[in-house]
Amino acid sequence: MKEAYTWAAIALIVIASTTGDILLSHAMKQVGDVGELWKRHGLLNVIVRVLATPTFFLGLIAMGVAFYSLLFGLSWGDLSLVVPASASLTFVANAFAARLFLHERVGRRRMLAALLVAGGVALMAI
Amino acid sequence: MTFRKYLVLAGVAVFSAAGDSLLARGMKDLGGMSLHNLSSLILAILDPWVASGILLLLAFFASYMSALSWADLTYVLPASSLGYVLVAVAARFGFHEAISPARWMGIALITAGVGFVAAGPSLTPARKLPGDVISQPEAQS
Repeated sequence: MKEAYTWAAIALIVIASTTGDILLSHAMKQVGDVGELWKRHGLLNVIVRVLATPTFFLGLIAMGVAFYSLLFGLSWGDLSLVVPASASLTFVANAFAARLFLHERVGRRRMLAALLVAGGVALMAI
Repeated sequence: MTFRKYLVLAGVAVFSAAGDSLLARGMKDLGGMSLHNLSSLILAILDPWVASGILLLLAFFASYMSALSWADLTYVLPASSLGYVLVAVAARFGFHEAISPARWMGIALITAGVGFVAAGPSLTPARKLPGDVISQPEAQS
């Protein structure tokens, strides 16, 4: 039962954090370069712009779900399983999702990088 | 890429690694939780380790949002994974912990992956899909 809870939490973390990353990335591209906006219009303007973007809130909700799934997973499973398993699967899921939903050019270079990082994160746990 | 942007990416890596470590330390104190006492999951944020972990994760979130405003998601994410390498290096040289060959291998893979991405452009132009509406510049009258 404990193992089922752990893997259910890992699956939930991967799905929720990928959804959150895609939504937040989409929102921030709409807002524009935060550093430039800060220089030109001030910090308050940047905060207002971010808060006025609907996908930002949806992303935040997804990240909240991922965060509580992580707490849940950590309380059941080993840190050395939950964090690397969910992190490395999220890297791969994000590479596909960014190509599909954000139309980023995930060529051989970035796909290879995602796989290297995912493998590396998994190895760090051993 | 300016120095400021590299600094923001470094912030993403450092804050996420430090935040995760503190969070993990706090959750181990609290022990196993179940769906039957969800209130304990919410009260977990009152634990000092968990609370300081959350503070650092907020700093991570701010730098992450900033990075996503000028770089692709598939560029920022590998950069954030450098945090794992930082933790391992700190454990080895700061606390004199032993690092297994497998972990060194993991460090090499992550570093190679980050290098691959960092050598390319930080922002790629969006692909035009067949269904996309291409905006035409309006004629000046």
